Amino acid sequence: MSTYSLSDGLASGAPRASRAPVLATWLRESGVGVLASIAWIAFGVSCLWWEDVGDWSRTHSLGIAAFIIAAIALFGTVGADYLGSPGKALHKRAPWLVALGVFLTLWEVATAKFAWLPLPFFPPPQSIIEVYTDDLPKLLDSVFASVKLQLGGYLIGATLGFVTGVSIGWSRAVGYWAHPVLRFIGPLPATAWLPIAFFTFPSSWSASTFLIALATGFPVTVLTWSGVASVSNAYYDVARTLGARPSFLVLKVAIPAALPHVFVGLFMGLGSSFAVLVVAEMIGVKAGLGWYLQWAQGWAAYANMYAALIVMSLLCSGAITLLFSIRDRLLVWQKGTVKW
Amino acid sequence: MVATTPLAEIDAHPSAGAALDIEQVSHAFDIDGTELPVLSDVSIAVEPGEFVALLGPSGCGKSTLLRLVAGLDKPKAGTLREDEARITRPHPSRVVVFQDPTLFPWRSVWDNVALGLEAQGILKSQRQRVDNALDLVGLASFRNVYPHQLSGGMAQRVALARALVNDPKILILDEPLGKLDSLTRITMQAELVSLWQRKGFTTLLVTHDAEEALVLANRVIVFSDRPARVKADIRVDRPYPRHRGDPYLGDLRRQILGLLGLDATW
Ligand SMILES: Nc1ncnc2c1ncn2[C@@H]1O[C@H](COP(=O)(O)OP(=O)(O)OP(=O)(O)O)[C@@H](O)[C@H]1O
Ligand SMILES: [Mg+2]
Repeated sequence: MSTYSLSDGLASGAPRASRAPVLATWLRESGVGVLASIAWIAFGVSCLWWEDVGDWSRTHSLGIAAFIIAAIALFGTVGADYLGSPGKALHKRAPWLVALGVFLTLWEVATAKFAWLPLPFFPPPQSIIEVYTDDLPKLLDSVFASVKLQLGGYLIGATLGFVTGVSIGWSRAVGYWAHPVLRFIGPLPATAWLPIAFFTFPSSWSASTFLIALATGFPVTVLTWSGVASVSNAYYDVARTLGARPSFLVLKVAIPAALPHVFVGLFMGLGSSFAVLVVAEMIGVKAGLGWYLQWAQGWAAYANMYAALIVMSLLCSGAITLLFSIRDRLLVWQKGTVKW
Repeated sequence: MVATTPLAEIDAHPSAGAALDIEQVSHAFDIDGTELPVLSDVSIAVEPGEFVALLGPSGCGKSTLLRLVAGLDKPKAGTLREDEARITRPHPSRVVVFQDPTLFPWRSVWDNVALGLEAQGILKSQRQRVDNALDLVGLASFRNVYPHQLSGGMAQRVALARALVNDPKILILDEPLGKLDSLTRITMQAELVSLWQRKGFTTLLVTHDAEEALVLANRVIVFSDRPARVKADIRVDRPYPRHRGDPYLGDLRRQILGLLGLDATW
């Protein structure tokens, strides 16, 4: 980590223990950490220095937390060499810590302290923290409901889509019947079915599961199908001359060869099913983060909406990350895949 | 690089070669409605255990003939028989090493070589054969590598191992050594001959290289331009191992190159 650059040595003529290069090196190594620490101290100070324009209970704790983060940032980056991999991880993210500290300071000052941004619509950080501490049970219930609904619908849709896609790609007869149906119904946004689905299904939960499965199933079907259809005949020839039966050709040739396409479909399905989930929860299901957003809007509880949005984005991003790591595990044989 | 010892081990399942009868086979492809004749009345009777090299101009129909022998396609006319039984579909007793290695990119080298045994449902009890085949082509240390991490020549050696592991009665080789450097190529040629001598399978080898054909085969068949007809059927009665400098082979080589239309330069 602590190496002298070539120009340092040349400038001084001979390697001598001068003060300036050491300082320069230290600044290069730890400067960002120090900056991050300063940014978070600024955030802490901005919390505690002025009076809040409104009535928020977590301002003080937030300020203290900011100082603690500042301390961690400072010692973590300065002592990165001694901390092993967590230290390295922190060092790598230090620039982001700086940006985050600056952003939070500006946000704090612009909302809670001087109300430059109109107030109920732009709540300060402490009011969002307040939501997380005081409204936690309801928020957790919503998270649980959303995850359950999304997971059920997605798994059903992905499985059915995969099986349908493989069947269409493999069997001409299945393709003959399924293709027109797919062309006719597939491009329709799943949300368009919403009014009908809520009437015809016994519960709003089963209706939403159906819609999420539909939104997932279409892209998975189409991409699995195109993946299976684009498998090179040379692979089948090789397998057939080695004594492969049709079941082997499907399971051990067509499916693995199509898997990269299948994952593209799974990603697309995940994206469109999120949209359906939120809309379904806002309109019909009386639970979940979409419903929470709707409810918060009814009460003009803007802090709750931001809090729910943040949780939602963490969940969606987490789901995508999970899918990426499954893909990376299954498709290690591919070279040059995108890292999420 | 290429180990010689495992030859004896792979011998655990001896299989004699099968006879191959190609009787008046003609074939053609449809290209945009017009018929492109590729094989015209080809008849070749191959004895069990013979090593036959097929030579001919590029695009004349050699690979097409091999696909017919493998049972991947049906000829427009004529019949092909393996030991009197008509060839109608692929069977692991006739294994092809294609012109492209076509390894399965999602399978490691070991799993690629294991493909045939797995497809026939006998992998569990015969894993040793996969290891032996990998040793044979000198790639035992690359067993866990994926195909995109191999060089072209290594990929071709894996394809060869994937064929040999099945103990074929007829080994069908479509320029399997084409991508190898000349040194590995000579070693692999020697391996091929000694393997063939030990196991006695019938071999059909397509090659562009007259010298390779003469060093390896005991019969060389020269095809005409497309549509391919048998232009010459030459016995090579020389003991193995053969030497490249052998004047007898030199004469034959000139004769073959003449048949291929290269006499002016040689
Ligand atoms: N599936 C196919 N559809 C249409 N035409 C084909 C097909 N396969 C081969 N051909 C044609 O048949 C002819 C013979 O092809 P083939 O691959 O047998 O040649 P080859 O003798 O193996 O040549 P090379 O030595 O270059 O490999 C070529 O003209 C090719 O265009
Ligand atoms: Mg060819």
